[in-house]
Amino acid sequence: MSGISIGVLAVQGDVAENIMATKMALEELGLEGIVSEVKTPEQISDIDGLIIPGGESTVIGTLSMVNGSLKKIKEKIASGMPVFGICAGMIMLSKKAKDRVLGEMDQPLLDFLDVKIERNAFGRQKDSFESVISIDKIGISKFPGVFIRAPSILETGKDVEILSKFNEKIIAVKQGNVLGTSFHPELTGDLSLHKYFVNLIKAKH
Amino acid sequence: MIPLSGDIGNTKGVVRENVGSFGTTRGTSTLKRGFAHMLKNGVVMDVTTVEQAQIAEEAGAVAVMVLDKLPSDVRKAGGVARTASIRIIQEIMDSVTIPVMAKCRIGHVYEAMVLQETNVDMIDESEVLTPADENHHIWKWDFTTPFVNGARNLGEALRRIEEGAAMIRTKGEPGTGNVAEAVIHIKNVNTELRRIKSIYDAGDEQDLISVARELKVSYSILEETASLGRLPVVNFAAGGISTPADAAYLMTLGCDGVFVGSGIFKADDAKERAQAIVLATTFWEDPDKVKEAQKMIDERQSMLGLDTKNLDLRMQERGSTA
Repeated sequence: MSGISIGVLAVQGDVAENIMATKMALEELGLEGIVSEVKTPEQISDIDGLIIPGGESTVIGTLSMVNGSLKKIKEKIASGMPVFGICAGMIMLSKKAKDRVLGEMDQPLLDFLDVKIERNAFGRQKDSFESVISIDKIGISKFPGVFIRAPSILETGKDVEILSKFNEKIIAVKQGNVLGTSFHPELTGDLSLHKYFVNLIKAKH
Repeated sequence: MIPLSGDIGNTKGVVRENVGSFGTTRGTSTLKRGFAHMLKNGVVMDVTTVEQAQIAEEAGAVAVMVLDKLPSDVRKAGGVARTASIRIIQEIMDSVTIPVMAKCRIGHVYEAMVLQETNVDMIDESEVLTPADENHHIWKWDFTTPFVNGARNLGEALRRIEEGAAMIRTKGEPGTGNVAEAVIHIKNVNTELRRIKSIYDAGDEQDLISVARELKVSYSILEETASLGRLPVVNFAAGGISTPADAAYLMTLGCDGVFVGSGIFKADDAKERAQAIVLATTFWEDPDKVKEAQKMIDERQSMLGLDTKNLDLRMQERGSTA
């Protein structure tokens, strides 16, 4: 079996940090694989797993619609490709997103994750925070949560597994091979979530 | 993990509190610098009204910067330029979902406090406004809200980071519609980075110490920057960007994104131009896409612009020796 190929959607946001974290995760797991920036539908069609990084969801959505990447990602998710959406990336994966202040938004979404998301759920940048959280359901008892203008999940459909909560707010979910978090593991140096995601891809590969 | 060079832990801006059964910390360097990382590969647009902010958001701006006047109007008006009306900043915060930044005067600690209380997402301590204290910039570690500062060279950038800036924008000459100064300064920074990287790689600590003295920065931040070979915080280009090609060019010089000031809303085709500059910034590696973006604008509608050689007011020099 050849190595796995993991892409990080490189439209806008903290792409480099996710590439580095994923490379280190592969190395720690002792797995063969390549991690690369993907931007075009052609690049996306060649990968075994995708990370949609943090950034501004309106920008990432609009621009990946412009060049046809959004459609290609939808096809790949439908065929079972594992995807990890972080913060803006989780918003992108959802069926429904509303802003805490502005309400319902008309923004391009991937329409897969059966959740309703509240954008900027914890407030503006001054309210951004760090806190130790636990993701026990997947065997991570302690994790450094970095929440930056973070979204939370208001409602989940029946196929959605809730992985973690912060003060009653849902902050991590999984539906099939799709994983979403409100917080940013790529900024922390803790590789356990990236390793978990790499293992999802490996199991599918 | 993001670099935390020059970080000072446990300062006034760091707030610890309990939320339910969780202990939380706000205002850390990870959160401030991390916020800037989320803006990468994006365009921050200067706006003065709610309508302009909405046009910017729709065009794909990653954030907006609220000013009382666009830089080119500041230049024309003369007088003292101060922070924007709080009421307008709040109206804009209530009408877009993307982050909202605002400028305060260099060294004006209380304008910055007012902006922090207003809850803007980032404060720009900016040379576009009239400096309140030419000799001292704000000690930004005292704030929970992150700051961005301008710099013309590596020394200025690292001094601002040591004062707590979470993001740098290499200065151009604001309000001129002329990208030349921005190009010079990003190239200056790149040249100096290459120089300290080569000293670091050669293992010559003595030479590195003499560079730290020359730049008036601590040895530790210089050493970390040299080992990284880039600024330890996100670095955007700014000043004089008017066209998609201007933005794409600055991206090729290694910037993480761009600020566009007067270039959009002083042009006659603001809406198309805003979209075109976003496209060019995102797809800068693809000349065909940048050409398509450039085709969306009409050069006859670009702002006229100024020659930067004979300006009465050089905003870039404000606060640069401190």
